[in-house]
Amino acid sequence: MNAPIRELTYAQAIQEALATAMEADERVFIMGEDIGVYGGAFQVTGDLVHRFGEDRVMDTPISELGAAGIAVGAALAGSRPILEFQFSDFATLAMEQIVNQAAKMRFMLGGKVSVPLVMRLPSGSGTGAAAQHSQSLEAWLAHVPGLKVVQPSTPHDAKGLLLAAIDDPDPVMVFEHKLLYKMKGEVPEKAYRIPIGKAVVRREGRHVTIVATSIMVHRALEAAEVLAGEGIEAEVIDLRTLRPLDTATIIESVKKTTRLACVYEGVKTLGIGAEISALIAESEAFDYLDAPILRLGGVDSPIPYNPTLEKAAVPQTPGIIEQVRNLVKGRI
Amino acid sequence: MPVEVILPKVDMDMATGKIAKWHVKEGDAVRKGALLFEIETDKAAMEIDAPGDGIIRNITAAEGAVVPVGQTVALIYQDGEAASAPVAAEPLPPVKPITPAPRPDAEQTAVLPAASASGRFPATPLARSLAKQGGITLENIAGSGPRGRIAAIDVHGVLAKPTAPQHGDEGGFEVIPLDGMRRTIAQRLTLSKQTIPHFYLTVNCDLTRLSEIREILNAQAPRDAQKLPVWKLSINDFIIKAMASALELVPDANVTWADEAIHKYHSCDVGVAVAVEGGLFTPVVRAAETKSLSQISEEMKDLATRARARKLLPSEYQGGTTTISNLGMYGIEQFTAIINPPHATILAVGAGMERFVPVNGLPVLRTQMTCTLACDHRAVDGALGAQLLAAFRNFIEEPALMLA
Repeated sequence: MNAPIRELTYAQAIQEALATAMEADERVFIMGEDIGVYGGAFQVTGDLVHRFGEDRVMDTPISELGAAGIAVGAALAGSRPILEFQFSDFATLAMEQIVNQAAKMRFMLGGKVSVPLVMRLPSGSGTGAAAQHSQSLEAWLAHVPGLKVVQPSTPHDAKGLLLAAIDDPDPVMVFEHKLLYKMKGEVPEKAYRIPIGKAVVRREGRHVTIVATSIMVHRALEAAEVLAGEGIEAEVIDLRTLRPLDTATIIESVKKTTRLACVYEGVKTLGIGAEISALIAESEAFDYLDAPILRLGGVDSPIPYNPTLEKAAVPQTPGIIEQVRNLVKGRI
Repeated sequence: MPVEVILPKVDMDMATGKIAKWHVKEGDAVRKGALLFEIETDKAAMEIDAPGDGIIRNITAAEGAVVPVGQTVALIYQDGEAASAPVAAEPLPPVKPITPAPRPDAEQTAVLPAASASGRFPATPLARSLAKQGGITLENIAGSGPRGRIAAIDVHGVLAKPTAPQHGDEGGFEVIPLDGMRRTIAQRLTLSKQTIPHFYLTVNCDLTRLSEIREILNAQAPRDAQKLPVWKLSINDFIIKAMASALELVPDANVTWADEAIHKYHSCDVGVAVAVEGGLFTPVVRAAETKSLSQISEEMKDLATRARARKLLPSEYQGGTTTISNLGMYGIEQFTAIINPPHATILAVGAGMERFVPVNGLPVLRTQMTCTLACDHRAVDGALGAQLLAAFRNFIEEPALMLA
């Protein structure tokens, strides 16, 4: 008899991963602003403080650099800290600890130590939170060797990638999308891991490869569904991990479809799309390209507060449909 | 940066295109997709749309100009973008009113650059690798993408066409691949017969006087150092001279059809079909109405010799308004010929035949030559063609009139 499908929201899936890890390993603890009694700005930690106590679900002062320093130190000392930034934008305050300390320790000490630190970062636009609370800085952080960067797009992946991140001996940044927290999806009860560094083909197609991240995976899938009605079969790859990048999956797909579109919320200029484009241009897939590479990313602007402009600042489904259609029809 | 408007490759064989008409002028605001200009190729007319929004500047190719594929013909500037100095353009001279007679092969007549202005063909990496695998060059592929870019589908289109047959024996028949001359003859004469409304006029010309005069002139020919006569006039030399004289007398028939106009020529240039190994050429005797029979005779010997050796220059077989095709030496009594574009007429000349003709109620043996004039009805109507042919017959039947 099959067990009934159990659905959780993206936020619940993350909470379940946190609880699972804390139950399994007493070295695991979580820290962040208002994650205790308040349950987190997005209610991700919820009532975990009541289950695990204030020693393992720690509220921190409003000092990201201080919290990150504590987390790096705890990781070096043998703990498995999970640090929640209230908004991913605030990671900028902790750059010294993230970029100069966490990412460098293992290399500078000849592999004698590692920093098994997980950072959770609610990111992205669409909530009317304006320019300082809506950014997508994942490409910026993914530029730093020594960090691993993942972007789960489903409740299933949110749990699996977070558990893999907690297991990982190195610092992992988990960029969660704020608009996805309420999304429901099937999440198995058991503890499972989604390997870091592995992309997944969400939909198969033969005319164009759309490489998307985070919430853009869903917009790309919606676009692919509409385009399928026109006879355009788009293959949608959910990148899942930005660093290390799953180059093989992208290259193989482009060799099959001969066209590439990158859809991501981060600013287009110098973003993940540029990296993927260059990857293809440098790879054996180059000779299979039958159209220019298309990048659909955020506009070169801080995210506007005005809701109409906020939507216009990042790729939306109708634009993806139109541009991918043009790409396949040889109009660009 | 302004958006370049280039002359796209719209046809597989296309190396150049003629700007038939501009629909915008310098300084016009255009939207992407708006009609910019029309181009004309050997085979088709195409409308070309704006590749972007903005203001049209630097139009470098005028209407009528022939431009290599890929060349920039205008720029579209965005609002506020400063127009730069006109880009260096290499417009080709406007089309001549005459197009070449059947061409021997592409190589010999490639007077226009075969490549785009930059000598490069925009193509996707996949199109390039497919073309390479298929053993074909990009210059023979029409790009369907923006700015004429060649994509895989364009290469597949070319590769899917049957490949040129190889020389060989298929059991029962031999396969002879086409050369450039055969291909050109096939294309041009098919075009002619399918698009030119031909009609035919036939007369019998009495050769009595022509034969007498020819005999006298050849017998009286001066001798050169080797004691050989300096001329030996053929009947064909008389025919060339007679046709040129007839055109001079009926100048309205000395024309070519040019779609938008009729070109009426001052000089009577007569093409003469010369059979060569594997095909034919039609070298042109220029201003034959002004030349003596011996001059025409000498010129024809030279042209025919070099035609057989495929040594004619394009300028020597281009132009003219009529052709003479003489199959009399094969004993052909009468035939009709296909007009050699852009000529307006062609005269099919049969053999001199002895026939009994009624003279004062009695049958008299006379030598007659049957000639059939094919006319392009767009340029030459029935009465006009009849006048031309009647004048021709008069000159043949009384060659002394050509001295007048």
